[in-house]
Amino acid sequence: MSAHRPRLAVHKFASCDGCQLSLLNLEDELLLLAERVEIAQFLEASSRVVPGPWDVSLVEGSITTAHDVERIQRIRAESGTLITLGACATAGGIQALRNLADVEEWKAHVYPEPRWVETLATSTPISSHVKVDHEIQGCPVNPQQVLRVLLRLLLGTQPDLPGHSVCLECKRRGAPCVLVAKGAPCLGPVTRAGCGAICPALGRDCYGCFGPADDPNPEALAVQLRALGCSAEDVARRFRGIYNAAAPFRRIAAALEREHG
Amino acid sequence: MAERRTIEVGALARVEGEGALHLTVEGDRVLDLRLEIYEPPRFFEGFLRGRAARELPDLMARICGICPVAYQMSAVHAVESIFGTRIDPVVRQLRRLFYCGEWIESHVLHMVFLAAPDYLGLDDGIAIAKLHPAEVERSLRLRKLGNRILSLLGGRPVNPVGACVGGFARVPTRSEMSALEADLAHAVQEAEAHLRWIASLPIPTRPQEIELVSLRHPNEYPMNDGRLVSTRGLDLAVAEFDTAFTESQVPHSTALHCRRRDGGAYLVGPLARLMLNADHLTPAAAAALEALRPRVPAFDPAASVLARGIEVLYACEEALRIAQGYEPPASPASPFTPRAGVGHGATEAPRGTLYVRVETDASGDVVEIRIVPPTAQNQARIEDDLRLLAPGLLARSNDEARRTCESAIRDYDPCISCSTHFLTLEIERRPAPEDSCEPS
Repeated sequence: MSAHRPRLAVHKFASCDGCQLSLLNLEDELLLLAERVEIAQFLEASSRVVPGPWDVSLVEGSITTAHDVERIQRIRAESGTLITLGACATAGGIQALRNLADVEEWKAHVYPEPRWVETLATSTPISSHVKVDHEIQGCPVNPQQVLRVLLRLLLGTQPDLPGHSVCLECKRRGAPCVLVAKGAPCLGPVTRAGCGAICPALGRDCYGCFGPADDPNPEALAVQLRALGCSAEDVARRFRGIYNAAAPFRRIAAALEREHG
Repeated sequence: MAERRTIEVGALARVEGEGALHLTVEGDRVLDLRLEIYEPPRFFEGFLRGRAARELPDLMARICGICPVAYQMSAVHAVESIFGTRIDPVVRQLRRLFYCGEWIESHVLHMVFLAAPDYLGLDDGIAIAKLHPAEVERSLRLRKLGNRILSLLGGRPVNPVGACVGGFARVPTRSEMSALEADLAHAVQEAEAHLRWIASLPIPTRPQEIELVSLRHPNEYPMNDGRLVSTRGLDLAVAEFDTAFTESQVPHSTALHCRRRDGGAYLVGPLARLMLNADHLTPAAAAALEALRPRVPAFDPAASVLARGIEVLYACEEALRIAQGYEPPASPASPFTPRAGVGHGATEAPRGTLYVRVETDASGDVVEIRIVPPTAQNQARIEDDLRLLAPGLLARSNDEARRTCESAIRDYDPCISCSTHFLTLEIERRPAPEDSCEPS
């Protein structure tokens, strides 16, 4: 590496802060990482703010306000490599459920004075607004995957995150298949690996919080879940979860809802 | 002619979520004070309607990455009270263990990475690590242990997946618990040393008249169960929350503030729990408290960091007690039958009482849900605190005044991304009316 430490900035949009916290949960590596990169902006963890440009920007959260539409443009312009972290930044997050709903009604439901609430009708991923160089999936991201991506970039090579399904991780972990053994409505077959198959390892069904795997077949899984006794409505609701706005999940949920009527 | 100054803290650092502070002072008078929360609302209370109640633990965890257990626990208690679910006593202990993990990871994060930089005049925990490497490494070990407890029961520390209506998806084996036991015994000593170190730092004092509110249980330090009590004699069942507290959205404020029905602000969190429950501490935590009196418990929000340290120690001892006596329950979760009804749940998030009210239909789907996070309850109190602080700020430089305000806000460990209720507001810039500037 050159003497220049790459400048890293962390930015937050609509989110729960969990992906940023995952960085702080690198208990064994955090201090070492801070030696290799200059943490130029990480408001959740530091008062120090070094203005851009930054070599790498990590972006958490989805775009839900007009102000944030502008802010992400400025961040993009100041960032060498822009990496999105987690379900909100890469797919709009759980809050993208608003995309199908009447947000004005929700506002009126939650707030006595809805007119004071400034928000867009949609929650959209960062890639709907600017060019994204790399996406790290998960709700939250796996801190080891973030570390792996950063180390690859430090070495000057490209990140290589898995695109296969949770099933492979589940088999490697030796967890019994909850779909086969318990008839649980597991989304593992269509969900991206990366979590370590934590749900099946605890004996429960995966609910898709790492988003769709590469080339998923949710239509076939939906048939299987229906055969287990789930209603079309139940199966649709499972896909209307953390990654509800990701295209493969959105499409199957819509198809099932049409069937349900 | 009094000097008039405006202090703006554009983006609050070292808090979870997004907020800003606007403060205008004239002489020793506060003309305008607003803690602005510009965390965009995510409408959890909107989209949770129509979901199955059993989905709530997974969905509500996403409200806050720092305290997902609190959201999961308040939600399952509310739902179980509707369904009439009986919880195995061992599962109840495991829920306490789960909460111990969250208190440890959240409190230690706050003490070392969010608050301690203020006491040392540094930017962040990484800068502290350069000066006090052994202390910061010890706190990272403590956090790691808290996260390990969360992972044991929930698969991962952020948005854990183990909690469900009725109990857990899986419970630890005896041997997994034995492995944890050895580390917890060591952690008790580390938590004592951690607290001694934090207490040795120059922590400010800001004594003031405050009502402190927390859960209280007849024979344990409160986590999942208890009645709502206060230092001014409040004593209510959780289901009676609305008889004593009310949320309102007011002009020139940026969030729904939860106040006492008489209009008073109040404080929830570790200081309140300690003040109202010190008789239920474990031995080492009780001894640590005695050594720190009278600094804590005190009617002083700045002493919250010491209360956090005592609770970290308590959580290590309590987790050790649970691990030592552990025999796996007959079943990880009790079965439940969905039914229509209204349920209430209140549990003690690291930053204070978290109240949830759920209404379900006969199939167990959510008809209505209301979520009152601790930060919504502390918000009015934070503003009162800053109003009291403001007159003393004029003699200081803007930068110093800003840092003093930031530090005071951090004492409440606000978790702004609990944005079930928080607003983004366009605020009209004009002189505030005379009477709106006084602490209510």
